[in-house]
Amino acid sequence: MIELDRVERDFLVGDETVHALSEVSLTLPAGDYASVMGPSGSGKSTLLNVLGLLDRPNSGSYLLDGVETTAEPEEERAALRRNHIGFVFQAFHLIPRLSAADNIGLPMLLAGVEPRERAARVHEVLESLDLTDRGHHRPDQLSGGQRQRVAIGRAIVMRPSLLLADEPTGNLDQHAGNEVVALLEQLNASGITLVVVTHDPAIGKRARRRIRMVDGRIESDTRADAGT
Amino acid sequence: MRAPDLLRFATRSLAGARTRTLLMLLAMSIGVASVVVLTALGEGARRYVVGEFAQLGTHLLIMLPGRSETTGGAPPLFGETPRDLTLNDALALLRDRSVMRVAPLTVGNAPVSRGSREREVTVIGATHDFFPIRHLKIGSGRPLPEMDPERSANVAVLGSGLRRELFGNSRALGQWVRINDRRFRVIGILGEGGESLGQNLDDMVVIPVASAQSLFNTPSLFRVLIQARSEEDIARAQSAARDIIRERHDGEDDVTIITQDALLNTFDGILRALTYTVGGIAGISLAVAGILIMNVMLVAVSQRVAEIGLLKALGAPERQVLRMFLVESILLAGAGAALGVLIAVIAIFALQQLFPAFPIAAPLWAPLAAVGVAITTGLVFGVLPARRAARLDPVRALTGR
Repeated sequence: MIELDRVERDFLVGDETVHALSEVSLTLPAGDYASVMGPSGSGKSTLLNVLGLLDRPNSGSYLLDGVETTAEPEEERAALRRNHIGFVFQAFHLIPRLSAADNIGLPMLLAGVEPRERAARVHEVLESLDLTDRGHHRPDQLSGGQRQRVAIGRAIVMRPSLLLADEPTGNLDQHAGNEVVALLEQLNASGITLVVVTHDPAIGKRARRRIRMVDGRIESDTRADAGT
Repeated sequence: MRAPDLLRFATRSLAGARTRTLLMLLAMSIGVASVVVLTALGEGARRYVVGEFAQLGTHLLIMLPGRSETTGGAPPLFGETPRDLTLNDALALLRDRSVMRVAPLTVGNAPVSRGSREREVTVIGATHDFFPIRHLKIGSGRPLPEMDPERSANVAVLGSGLRRELFGNSRALGQWVRINDRRFRVIGILGEGGESLGQNLDDMVVIPVASAQSLFNTPSLFRVLIQARSEEDIARAQSAARDIIRERHDGEDDVTIITQDALLNTFDGILRALTYTVGGIAGISLAVAGILIMNVMLVAVSQRVAEIGLLKALGAPERQVLRMFLVESILLAGAGAALGVLIAVIAIFALQQLFPAFPIAAPLWAPLAAVGVAITTGLVFGVLPARRAARLDPVRALTGR
């Protein structure tokens, strides 16, 4: 459950203040599937960063599963990210020197999970992604689609309640992109709240809820009928 | 994050940048190796000098007649007559139980001849105890006999070089030599290489002290060697010797007593200071290596901005990122230090093989201090890059802005 109330985020660019987010209020119930669309500079990435606790709003309130996050110290926000939020990036951001399995296990490594449990969960995730035979490959030995699937595996290995995807298909061909979106939707179906930022209208339309942003404001927020 | 995982993560990221890591290890190991090897050389010099002194004799005090050495010029105005240090003075020292042995010495130059061969050499008048006190080795024959020091005897112990010059390859023991106008029978030959502190004993002849006194026509002694019973007795022997002489010289304190240990301690102190200095100078290279580590880690941070952003997005707090990068620099420094100690051990071994006579050895503190300084350097110079990494804004880091 995500509740944003009149969130503001300003940046100082030179002498000018840019309102990346202004008066953004948004409620996403658990298990929701939302796409965020809009032209470049409309604030959709900033919205995603605020949702992911990577960025702190200048004002307003952000409740994540009932916890007011804006006042939390950095240490706590890192812990919330670790345990509640998974990220999928356009550029994958896999660590090149680590194998696919180690990339997936990285969040658990940072969280200090025991190696035995880590191995079991990584195996489980690899299996669910159909990547069991790729576990020992390094990222440069994988195709783009496989890389993004590894990145998704890393995002869900801590069993988060919220999955944030920033242009997840931006670096993929259509086929691989569709596979990745299908995988994300499958995860959403199992109960994870999914927010996808995208330029691609075809992908944006697949979400049950479509949020359109212009100049830091939510211009429209429409809910499609289930199934379309 | 569990400690083994932290170490493994750091090791793998270091292994990922192989050239940089190897260069860094090289710099650090050269620094550590130079500290260890240079201090080992300093320590070797110290041991060498201490060893030379030990050859002179242990627990040794040297008594000089106080004034006789300064009467080269005009006679003293106060009318004080320089009192000779006599044989009886020397023998009186044995009264104190802290004194184990005394060796009264009379020294002079005299021609020593056999047949037509003649050499001008240093003649030492001494007693039997002179040999054990100075650790003199007898090559063949025997030392001066144990007898009343006040009796003369026409016997002589030759240095090995002198023996060669006078006798060549023929037998010397039992033969007669002429010193000045007296004849002495050769009863012993000193061992080869009897050299200590530049005094070559090879070209000397040792005769009984009473014989030397009459040879040089002087009742005075050149000096008296006193051997104390033990290390602790040195100070006591010194004050006892001074008291005995003062009593015998009508209350005049007219001898100088040098303890060999005082001399030794001075040299020991100087060489120790020298070792520290040399080690400290080499330590500068450790600081240089530390700055290199900082440089390398700063480059690593800027190259791994995206990775750091990712770590933060995955929930690593600042402190954890800081720790991860600090561990990397400490690992670099530690591994470099270990490598340096290894290089130093090999270098010292090689030097020992090349110069077996020179007692080169690293004092235990040197590798410990070098490794300690290296790791501290890694820690201190690692802080700046690690903090830079920890404070990166994840949003900017991830988008590469």
